Amino acid sequence: MDIKEEYKEVKGKYDVIIIGAGLVGSIIARRLSQYELDILLIDKEPDVGTGTSKANTAIVHAGYDSPFGTLRGKLVVKGNRMFYPMCEELDVPYKITGTYVVALTDEDLKTLEKLMENGRKKGVPGLEIISGEEMRRREPLVNPETTGALYAPTGGVSDPFMLTVAAAENAVMNGTDLMLETKALDFVVEPFSLHKKKVAGVVTNRGTFLADVTIASAGLYCDELMEKLDIKYDFYVRARKGEYYVFDKAKKGSVHNVLFPCPTPVTKGILVTTTVHGNMLLGPTAYELKDKEDTSVRAEGLAELREGAKRLVPSLEITDVIRVFAGLRAGGFLHDFIIEAPAKYWGFINLAGIESPGMASSPAIAEYVENLVREQGLELRKKKDWNPIRVGRPDFSELSPEEQAILIEKDPRYGRIVCRCETVTEGEIVAEIHSPVPARTYDALKRRTWLGTGRCQGGFDTPRVIEILSRELGIPPTEVIKESWGSNFLTRPTKDVPEGG
Amino acid sequence: MAEETTKLICITCPVGCELTVTHEGKKVLKVEGNQCKLGIEYAKQEISEPRRMIITTVRVKGGFHPLVPVRSAEPVPKEKIFPILKELRKVELEAPIEMHQVVLENALGTGVDVVTSRSLPAS
Amino acid sequence: MFEKQYDVAVIGSGPGGLAAAIAAKEAGAQDVVVIERDVELGGILLQCIHNGFGSVIFKEDLTGPEYAYRFIDQAREVGVEAMMDTFVLDLTPHREIYAINKRDGMVKINARAVVLAMGCRERPRGALAIPGFRPAGIYTAGTAQRLVNIEGYMPGERFVILGSGDIGMIMARRLTFEGAKVERMLEILPYISGLKRNYVQCVLDYNIPLQLQRTVIDIKGRNRVEAVVSAQVDEHWQPIPGTEETIPCDTLLLSVGLIPENELSKKAGVELNPLTGGPYVDDTMQTNVPGIFAAGNVVHVYDLVDWVTKAGLLAGRHAGEYATQRRTESDRKLRVVAGDNVHHVIPEVLDPSDLEREPLELQFRVRRPVEAPVWVKVEADGELVKRKTERYVRPSEMIMVKLSPKDYDKVAGAKKLSVRVEEKG
Repeated sequence: MDIKEEYKEVKGKYDVIIIGAGLVGSIIARRLSQYELDILLIDKEPDVGTGTSKANTAIVHAGYDSPFGTLRGKLVVKGNRMFYPMCEELDVPYKITGTYVVALTDEDLKTLEKLMENGRKKGVPGLEIISGEEMRRREPLVNPETTGALYAPTGGVSDPFMLTVAAAENAVMNGTDLMLETKALDFVVEPFSLHKKKVAGVVTNRGTFLADVTIASAGLYCDELMEKLDIKYDFYVRARKGEYYVFDKAKKGSVHNVLFPCPTPVTKGILVTTTVHGNMLLGPTAYELKDKEDTSVRAEGLAELREGAKRLVPSLEITDVIRVFAGLRAGGFLHDFIIEAPAKYWGFINLAGIESPGMASSPAIAEYVENLVREQGLELRKKKDWNPIRVGRPDFSELSPEEQAILIEKDPRYGRIVCRCETVTEGEIVAEIHSPVPARTYDALKRRTWLGTGRCQGGFDTPRVIEILSRELGIPPTEVIKESWGSNFLTRPTKDVPEGG
Repeated sequence: MAEETTKLICITCPVGCELTVTHEGKKVLKVEGNQCKLGIEYAKQEISEPRRMIITTVRVKGGFHPLVPVRSAEPVPKEKIFPILKELRKVELEAPIEMHQVVLENALGTGVDVVTSRSLPAS
Repeated sequence: MFEKQYDVAVIGSGPGGLAAAIAAKEAGAQDVVVIERDVELGGILLQCIHNGFGSVIFKEDLTGPEYAYRFIDQAREVGVEAMMDTFVLDLTPHREIYAINKRDGMVKINARAVVLAMGCRERPRGALAIPGFRPAGIYTAGTAQRLVNIEGYMPGERFVILGSGDIGMIMARRLTFEGAKVERMLEILPYISGLKRNYVQCVLDYNIPLQLQRTVIDIKGRNRVEAVVSAQVDEHWQPIPGTEETIPCDTLLLSVGLIPENELSKKAGVELNPLTGGPYVDDTMQTNVPGIFAAGNVVHVYDLVDWVTKAGLLAGRHAGEYATQRRTESDRKLRVVAGDNVHHVIPEVLDPSDLEREPLELQFRVRRPVEAPVWVKVEADGELVKRKTERYVRPSEMIMVKLSPKDYDKVAGAKKLSVRVEEKG
């Protein structure tokens, strides 16, 4: 995007600006919102969490595999301990299922030993290698050739997207300003000392915003921001594509455990897992590419998934698939998180290469960033009225008939079903559209309410959701979008046929 | 005029009989493959002047829905379809609407009316 | 929560539901209600604005709304109650219905008999797992039909239609009428899956290129569909490398089949046939759960609405008789099974004594098309009961064979009735 003159006009002044409202950026915002700070959280997309946060495996890693001695290795173990209490505070679904790394050969068993050793050194609690027999007892569908498994009782599953929304919402409740469709185009850099320059703010498509501390949490786009400040590390950022299969909740022969294959140096491999909402999930593949927006699913990726998953669960049949999708995560050559205040700047904190296990690490990352903020000279005084509790809006389908009746009585819009497969009501949709982190696109609503994710995949609800979005946002139906710019559903009123048509 | 044969699929009913029509220009001499007499009529019409139904919608002001479905009362000559559709795009009815209300009388001189195919209350 | 008692409650007000409600009333049921999730009665027929309905029942060529209104009007005349904009959340085996709407909130309906008439839904794309992007511009044909005909908006301008089902072909013409361009229709099978007359008047008439044995293997476009890639398939439906073609378009319409909608039936403990996706029914359209009947596309997908209506009339009559206690028991001892080149037969089980009183119809679909005359044979424990000729058979067209009271003696003592299709000569 060209930097127009109008973008340089100063529109606001903050103590802290966070670039990127993904999972990590939102959790940092929430953490900092407990202090007397003016915070601005920006994201280039119409919704929070639309990068890596929305499309990943959703595992809360126990932390046994990230190497001892790395920042990542340290933060994941700490983050895992902080994670579930955070979900409680934010009313985000999670299940502490425990996770298994499944060994199929004697060679694999040695890998398990190494993983356990690594985990124990880092203080991962409860690690245990169980026999193949025990694994088969706990998961009868697992490959009969299983020789053993590493069981990590603190591993689990959650909903990374809802966690992002909840954290951003809690930050907003506590005074954080959230600006969506706001892209960081450049930094305001000023002289500071002999050795350092000061990052004094961010130039965006909505004007310039000044801040004492700027935090870049841009996920896949961290390199573009680093380039503006001429920050280089010994790696380059690449998108690593992960493809997935999602199955119908009612699929027979579903696996209800989190099963990892034995890892390779590049990836943890293709998992067979169940989401926190109960759908079996296969994935991810690991395919590096330059294009950071290429979320297309490859036929060969799907073939790889089928093959990979069958190694863990030979009886698995690829039927009752409700969706295939691809997510992009940051990949690079250096296998560690970078979270630091680069030496040549004052007032700038950079996060780069946050890939798996980013979700489990997130609360610990936020804590780590908080200390860096302090080091940049900001005084952090606790707010008297900080409220760490965020309460989710009612999920109609989870309520008892009596509770449903009361809800409809209070607001009749809960009496109209918009998504028949997932039982999502108009009331829930309207509530999300007008929530602190408003859902203003179809996909934003889909991620928050699960509408359109069932058997009919949006066939029933799409016209109805377009109508509601149009009405609530005060825009014509033709301007309702699915996700990003240009993803409009409708082209024109039926009868407005162009001349010559 | 030379005798020729044309293959047709009868669209009068869902069976879809495959007809072999022997004709001299527009004069039908023989129809084969039909399961009922409607096939013969269809073949004669199709060879001399093919006709189709017009099925579309027109705009409604103040209606329960923004559009109301309309149909031609009978099939119209094929080449009139697009010109009639164009005419119908200019029409805007006012709700409430009755079933079989005339929307376009004697559409483009075909002798066929276009009528609504449902009733529609006001919003 | 307010509670209400009905003799017969019909879930769904499409052609099957309306016919069932009317027939139940005519069979003597006092209080009959239809529950409809949309804001008006008629179901999907209201968006099927094309003609071609009613040739069997009315010997007329009606449009969908005209056909629907015949029954809507009749239902009102005979005093069928209607609950619109009402969604059924739960149905128990004891015929308790929990439904919600904006006006009454949560409603509990206790019915002496229930008729399931939820119709069918379209096969979505996710289940097809097409590689590529997930942009805006991918619709099932029926969703597009609703947008264009009811809501009044175009879902795109340049279309590729995957599948040659009837709704897809109807939409090809409809979109052309509204100034859009249909670039291509693709069918994975070696034959068209909808009716031939729709092929003539919707596809051929407008020179829409239709290609058989081709499918979509990739979808291009990050935000909105920009193109799809098609490829020839082999006999196992696998794409043949080197046959790819990129077709620029902004919309992909899916017309790849319909599935009976039975989530609610499952909640009530109704057993489903995996071959049809619908409940196992007997000759009275009763499911395995006493007092729960099923009518129309919820049982198996019909190719003509007229048959849906007939099925609704049958189910409704028996539901009415059940509710008024005129008949609550039946001796369902005769199984009906699919033989050679028969996919499934409805009903799956019957009470032979019913045949003593009135004729009954076996409905079935074939597995493979045969474009030559065939015998349709009904056999009781291997003994021929009835045979008839069909000039051709196609999986897209339902076939019926009628048994009459004079066949009763042949089937009375049998354990199994089978239907098979045999090529002549």
